[in-house]
Amino acid sequence: MSNRSDTRRPGLDIDRLLDDPDTGVIVCCGAGGVGKTTTAAAMALRAAERGRRVVVLTIDPARRLAQSMGLDELDNAPRPVKGVDAAAGGCLDAMMLDMKRTFDEVIEAHATPEKAEQILGNPFYQTLSSSFAGTQEYMAMEKLGQLRAQAEADPDGWDLIVVDTPPSRSALDFLDAPQRLGSFLDGRLIRILSAPARAGGRAYFKVFSAAVGSVAGVLTKVLGAQVLHDVQTFVAALDTMFGGFRERADATYRLLQTPGTAFLVVAAPEPDALREASYFVERLGTEKMPLAGLVLNRVQVVAVPGLSAERACAAAEDLEEAGEHSLTAGLLRVHEMRMRRRDREHNLAARFTSAHPSVPVVEVPARPEDVHDLDGLREIGADLARSGDAVVQR
Amino acid sequence: MPGPAHARDWPGVRLHVITGKGGTGKTTVAAALALGLASGGHRTLLVEVEGRQGIAQLFDVPPLQYGERHVAVAPNGGEVRALAIEPEAALLEYLDMFYHLGRAGRMLERIGAVDFATTIAPGMRDVLLTGKVYEAVRRREKKDGGREGPVYDAVVLDAPPTGRITRFLNVAEEVVGLAKVGPIRNQAGSIMSLLRSAQTAVHLVTVLEDMPVQETADAVEELHRAELPVGGVVVNMVREPILPEPVLEAAVAGRLDREEVLAGLATAGLRRRSRANGNDASHAELADGLMAEAADHGVRVAMEHRERFALAALDRPTYELPALPTGIDLGALYDLAGRLIEQGLA
Repeated sequence: MSNRSDTRRPGLDIDRLLDDPDTGVIVCCGAGGVGKTTTAAAMALRAAERGRRVVVLTIDPARRLAQSMGLDELDNAPRPVKGVDAAAGGCLDAMMLDMKRTFDEVIEAHATPEKAEQILGNPFYQTLSSSFAGTQEYMAMEKLGQLRAQAEADPDGWDLIVVDTPPSRSALDFLDAPQRLGSFLDGRLIRILSAPARAGGRAYFKVFSAAVGSVAGVLTKVLGAQVLHDVQTFVAALDTMFGGFRERADATYRLLQTPGTAFLVVAAPEPDALREASYFVERLGTEKMPLAGLVLNRVQVVAVPGLSAERACAAAEDLEEAGEHSLTAGLLRVHEMRMRRRDREHNLAARFTSAHPSVPVVEVPARPEDVHDLDGLREIGADLARSGDAVVQR
Repeated sequence: MPGPAHARDWPGVRLHVITGKGGTGKTTVAAALALGLASGGHRTLLVEVEGRQGIAQLFDVPPLQYGERHVAVAPNGGEVRALAIEPEAALLEYLDMFYHLGRAGRMLERIGAVDFATTIAPGMRDVLLTGKVYEAVRRREKKDGGREGPVYDAVVLDAPPTGRITRFLNVAEEVVGLAKVGPIRNQAGSIMSLLRSAQTAVHLVTVLEDMPVQETADAVEELHRAELPVGGVVVNMVREPILPEPVLEAAVAGRLDREEVLAGLATAGLRRRSRANGNDASHAELADGLMAEAADHGVRVAMEHRERFALAALDRPTYELPALPTGIDLGALYDLAGRLIEQGLA
């Protein structure tokens, strides 16, 4: 970075991040609706065209973006993206997460065929695997772990994994939900529920028998005996995998703490999105997870930054009062509106920076239309790579 | 005597569900609608279910505890109360109400069963949330005249985003499939019949951009398929085009009269002041910059036209709220509420 005296915050050098062979995983996180998926796709494409062998895991891409990457078939496995410039020796595969398929695969990989069949056919499992809030996060982590294992096993395979995170109600769910599901599947309650179906748990069962009796009683009352029976059968079938779930969630969690991982927090220059971004930045710090920086998405840019909103407004007023040059007056009004919006965003961004002065920031200009092809992604990639300096100058 | 709390366009609706893609401002719209519906001496309840404390921030009050609290006085008399539903508290309340499980409830909490029910068990969390909303809509009290009436004239639910709304509202249906008998099944059945009735309307908030509009269209289709009543479409943060249509078209096509722009700049005397500022932007640079900005603006307005057209194809009553240059504060909420009343949503 330059040593300009008016630099108020460090810029984020995306190309250095993408080119660094030690960067193995990039996680894009942030509140819903801020452009995480597009940012993830744009970075993956840029890295690939700069020579990395990249796989991008998207969670819930907009239809046209998915189509542009050849993601219209959902088979839960990475597919090569067509139209990527391979001149630098890189390549890009992309996939869209299918959480039920991923869950099924975990079961199939870790249980005997007979047990797997029992589990997959259980009504409780079917609901758990498709509609539980949190399964998506858990499975995104699971898939990340799988892709990582696959990459390590193959010396010619991917050397960079870019992950988009699920559209949670809060960005923090991505970190919490997998452990929650993992500890539930391995936890005390599920053992109590399964106690009648387990041999050898006698002593444990005895101590807790009073509790178990009334818990089971309450649950039977509330849920009905048949649901409880489904849960118990599910748990009994899952028995062989106990310990496995939390262990897997923990392993992926640890992977996220290694220096080869880089978190990019994505936010729009709006109060809510920046507040979420702040929480996330703080949380990553607490969890010792490596934060690369903040992507401030869809910021207003102006072509004539030297002309303030106030002067544009005054000039437009003069022309309007005189009743002449309505074209110029109109253009000045457009500029005034854009300057005001830019100033508002500046203030919001400045507040974030004063709370987190060491977090590098890169700004991506708002575009008048959504991106849904590789060229659009390339342009966003180029915007991302423009260093923070330009931003400070605005 | 206050008149009916019913919106002009939505007579008979007592539960207004507000959804929208993340970032479209659904919490703001929900709050404005609750204010609008309360206007003229009514009482409404504004409910949030995602633990974000968005309502408290909007009304500038301390974070909401589990409990219904007064947050605002409506125009011409009337009151908005707010409730942030926490699934844990809702479960314990539910168990206590139906099973008188004071102590057993706490024991359930200790061994992780409450956690299980509220965060892990498929759909339980959402059943509890919709269950509490159901209870609030149906709750009655003795009114002044001695007659019984509903506690709330209307309930406005700041619901999960469009991507999850159908699953959220339809969760009770899944429970009906999972639990063949038992009290949960009965409860779930009552929730579904309220949500599918003419007393409920699911309104969709969007902005004039490709993805939110696409998601709105998808959600309308999903809601229809799930037999949930689709309400109106609220187009939020609408910006008036600053330039007349022919000028916008010329700007996009690069056919603006550059000489005329330059003449205008000279008349406005901007260059002289620029120089005084030590800023050496020449008229030519200024003109080119302004024309580039106008072209960008024109592309955006054209896209907004296309998105409006796509929304019109949905054939739902449509309401528009402006982008407010000052951001959203309590004053802005009253302004938006007034616009919703004028247009008939509130």
